[in-house]
Amino acid sequence: MTTANAVLFQATGLNQRNERVQRLYRLLFGLMTLMLIAPVLLILGTLVVKGGGVISWEFLFTAPTDGMRSGGVLPALLGTVWLVTVALLLSVPIGVFAAIYLSEYAGDNWFTRAINLAIINLAGVPSIVHALFGLGAFVIFFGFGTSILAASLTLAVMTMPVVIVATRESLQAVPQAFREACWNMGATRWQTIRKVVLPNSITGILTGVILEVSRTAGETAPIMFTGAVFFTPFLPQSVMDQTMALSLHLFVAATQVPGIADEIPFGIALVLIALVLLMNSASIAFRMWLRGKKKW
Amino acid sequence: MVSRNSLAPAAVDEPIDAFTAAARTKLLVKDLSIRYGSAVALQGVNLEIREHEIFGIIGPANAGKTSLLKAINRMDVFTPGMRVDGEIRFNDRDTRRLSNVYALRSRIGVVFPLPVGLPMTVYENVALSPRLRGIRNKAELDVIVQRCLTRAALWDEVKDRLNALGSLLSGGQQQRLTIARALSQEPDLLMLDEFSIAVDPVTTMRIEDVLKELRQEVTIILVTNLVQQARRLANRTAFFLNGECVEVGVTEDLFTGEVKDQRTRDYVEGRFG
Repeated sequence: MTTANAVLFQATGLNQRNERVQRLYRLLFGLMTLMLIAPVLLILGTLVVKGGGVISWEFLFTAPTDGMRSGGVLPALLGTVWLVTVALLLSVPIGVFAAIYLSEYAGDNWFTRAINLAIINLAGVPSIVHALFGLGAFVIFFGFGTSILAASLTLAVMTMPVVIVATRESLQAVPQAFREACWNMGATRWQTIRKVVLPNSITGILTGVILEVSRTAGETAPIMFTGAVFFTPFLPQSVMDQTMALSLHLFVAATQVPGIADEIPFGIALVLIALVLLMNSASIAFRMWLRGKKKW
Repeated sequence: MVSRNSLAPAAVDEPIDAFTAAARTKLLVKDLSIRYGSAVALQGVNLEIREHEIFGIIGPANAGKTSLLKAINRMDVFTPGMRVDGEIRFNDRDTRRLSNVYALRSRIGVVFPLPVGLPMTVYENVALSPRLRGIRNKAELDVIVQRCLTRAALWDEVKDRLNALGSLLSGGQQQRLTIARALSQEPDLLMLDEFSIAVDPVTTMRIEDVLKELRQEVTIILVTNLVQQARRLANRTAFFLNGECVEVGVTEDLFTGEVKDQRTRDYVEGRFG
């Protein structure tokens, strides 16, 4: 009996080969993951080493002086916060509501399929094209001028497809059986969405929004024609004002200002990344709080 | 009228065929045909289901049993391509012409083959339907939740964890939770679609006892692929095969051989092939 078992569990040539192959793939995937982390660490490291020195309360809370060669980044920092906030206020409700309609109400016909295709294509449009669209539509046609409103609208149009796709994916991850159980009780579509579908997809929707925060904050092209300016010492007071923005400020400081101290552009980049991380952590904290409440 | 709110247990040992033929008609199906695109799921079905009976529907897969339940509940509007012709009268109202389908569905409790514990707490699972009806009072909801969970033979197991997630209960518990949820609708009609498929035999027996009690107050349609289950529970039984209602009769007759159609006999005796 024992010998029979010994034979039964002895590794055959095929077993050994399978084991070797699986180790090889694990190594490959692991290496790829390392390669993914390496640039992130290099970028962050470089920024901290080269730009960490200029970061101070004064750098954060004063305007640039001396043709941007000294002073801080306050107008650009506030401008980016304005742009991202207004853009999200516009794109998130519209995007989420449209996704709910497409996923929960609309039937599967040629029209909705065409809309879905259009959304995917819209997500693939280069940002410079969005910039020109924003210039034509919001700045000139609607007469908003170069303003936070026009720039945020442009950013919103650009980010909306991604919000829609992410929302639709998380709505469709909710099992159909849950909806049917609810409908069978006499619930309307909206009651079902409200009580069953949204509570179980909200964390996925928030993930989509979080990704959009980073993208919106970092975009340069769509805002440089529509609302962001090279330099202004004034802080934005309303959505009709022009503003500086960190991304454009970084571009300007790095390429357009002769004789600027090397560490200033690095400092600006560091502030931009820190701002994005801060906004993301806020949404992540909110998401964790929601999950905790659901005991999920 | 028997109070729907009574907690008094009914006599379980009452003979199954105690219903009277004089009972009122609860559900009348006339010339019902169901198609999915060009595929016929059900053809020319006529049925009469009476108040306070357990009406069994047996038959192999693909017989059109689930499609019938969907049509009764007007769930066809959620199924693209599903086309229903004929007449279904519920409480003597033509459900095909009903504009308020929500009221219809709220009068009919449905239990699915696979238990669907909604991803909310046990309490919320049972309180959902009363809340949809507009009941906000916590004390009132507490009473309903306890009553329905008790009736579904689940209260003792979950009374200390009403705030646990309903979708994390065991399969058999989730199925009883589903029944409690259906009861929380205070339904006129309870439709069970092969409820025991994912449930262990002991739980199945407990649920069967529950159904025998419930017969006092609600009419029950029991779709099952276990012919013995129909024999244990149903007053009358219909045999469906390939979209056709082959035979309807007093359940015991189907088993004692007084059948009109040879196919029925073959099926109940397990000689199908």
